[in-house]
Amino acid sequence: MASRIPSLDTEVIVTGVSPSRRRRQLRKTTESYSFLAPTLALLLVLMIVPIVMVVGYSFQDNVILGKSGEFVGIANYVAILTDAGFWRATSNTVIFTVTSVAAHLVLGLGFAMMLNSKLIGAFPRAIFRGLYVLPWLFTVAVIAVLWRMLLAPNGVINFLLNSDIEWLASPQLALGTVTFINIWAGYPFFMVSLLAGLQGIPGDLYEAATVDGASPTQRFWNVTIPQLRPIIVSLLLLDMIWTSQQFALIWMTTGGGPIDVTEVLSTFTYKLAFAKYDFSSAATSAVLVLLMSMVLAIFYVRHQKARD
Amino acid sequence: MSTSVNVRKRSAQAALIVGLVLGAMFAAGPIVWMLSNSFKSNTEIFELPPRLITETFSFDAYVAIFADPVTMRFFLNSYVIAIAVTLLTLLISIQAAYALSRFEFRGKRVLNVVIVSVQAVPPITLLIPYFGLMVALGLYNTYPGLILTYMVFTLPYAIIMLTGYFNTLPRELDEAVRVDGAGSMTALWRVLVPISVPGIVSVGIYTFMIAWNEYLFALTLTRTIDMRTVPIGIQLLMGQHSYEWNQIMAMSVLGSIPVLVLFLFFQRYFMSGLTAGSVKS
Repeated sequence: MASRIPSLDTEVIVTGVSPSRRRRQLRKTTESYSFLAPTLALLLVLMIVPIVMVVGYSFQDNVILGKSGEFVGIANYVAILTDAGFWRATSNTVIFTVTSVAAHLVLGLGFAMMLNSKLIGAFPRAIFRGLYVLPWLFTVAVIAVLWRMLLAPNGVINFLLNSDIEWLASPQLALGTVTFINIWAGYPFFMVSLLAGLQGIPGDLYEAATVDGASPTQRFWNVTIPQLRPIIVSLLLLDMIWTSQQFALIWMTTGGGPIDVTEVLSTFTYKLAFAKYDFSSAATSAVLVLLMSMVLAIFYVRHQKARD
Repeated sequence: MSTSVNVRKRSAQAALIVGLVLGAMFAAGPIVWMLSNSFKSNTEIFELPPRLITETFSFDAYVAIFADPVTMRFFLNSYVIAIAVTLLTLLISIQAAYALSRFEFRGKRVLNVVIVSVQAVPPITLLIPYFGLMVALGLYNTYPGLILTYMVFTLPYAIIMLTGYFNTLPRELDEAVRVDGAGSMTALWRVLVPISVPGIVSVGIYTFMIAWNEYLFALTLTRTIDMRTVPIGIQLLMGQHSYEWNQIMAMSVLGSIPVLVLFLFFQRYFMSGLTAGSVKS
């Protein structure tokens, strides 16, 4: 194709950046941006502007409802950062997130390895894969009501355990229970991705390890894990970003209760805005959540770039 | 020697099957229970011991859902919104991905980083300004309000995934058409899009799933019962008829069918597309 326009190419070599080349470059840029215009417009109006707005709210009082927001400096930040409820929600979020993400990895990898085993035929493997993916396909509203039914004091889980535990209403158990539900709902994403990763590992790596006398455990730690590492790091970071933002599951199962034991940052922020109508404090809390997510996002972007 | 290897293989096989069955009960058990309860009578749901195969098998709960214009409205709303979000996201992301895959231009790197990072912006952060913004723009409690909101979350992912997909297709394909005098639009829609159907389908399904399942914004940016979507409807049903578990389960089953059907038919596209997009960048 370059041969069709040899004169231009020669000119470029001789004179550096020629006017026609520059014009072509400009036209390309204009054309690119015409393709990108709808995306940019949407991101500007519904991403950049709202972020600027929420940061603005966080430095004012009486926003949205009061209509006469006044600049109050960092007063809202001082108030939120000295609020015990905020720190409680933060620590619940960390417990919920770290436990969920770790369990997602262990279950996802375990199931992926079972499904990757050649000890059973391709057809049973496909059936089991279909069953294992199921929790992923249900909306969180369904997951919430389903588990509320299963975990009810007179529900089937208590029947099977021959107990009458208030799983979601007990201050000691509620955080663990919602974390368990979140684990059930989220592992298939790891499983599917890790299964694809396992299938991409060249078989001769295992053969070479076996010839060298490596046991199955050694093959797992010295071949499987190093080969999957880039995928695992991506998944961990993505899942941490998503899980720390979880709202719907907790809102629909416990609503943050009993007595705040399952309150996470998203339900805490939501209540400030839509139960207490304190939009200034809610905006401040929301900005702090944004900052925490951005720290994770920076790690994620760096990791993805390093892999390219 | 060979027998002992055989025995070891057999026992490994047995252990694997036990593990797989236990895993399947963990994964699918709750869903089987949901299905079973949707065909029970309400009295049977609370009978002890619970029965997996119902004695009173009936479609009453489903009939009640279908006969109720309010629940049908939830479904209509969810379909309208999810289909609109899917089509608009595809239309916009295909064009954006084309530019990012085929052209070199000023600001491209920055834009790539922005698109990846906006995926990490927490919904709860956007919720508060959106509430104000949608009221100000007259989009509060409307279809366009929710459709635009959902697109902010579906678009970045769709662009990343499609850019990756286009990058795997040789540039010569669409460049040849452009050199022959056709515009970029023609090259994109006549050449690139038709051969990208698998990638486009998986992006479309993923987008539909996000829109169909969304809860937080549907809860906050709609007010009247005729604007509510299926996830909110399930919650409302739970609040109003807290003892009619069979209806709540029937609604849950019906609310899950669109995604299940899409997944069943396009599983292959979807799995490969998803892992390619999110994990390999």
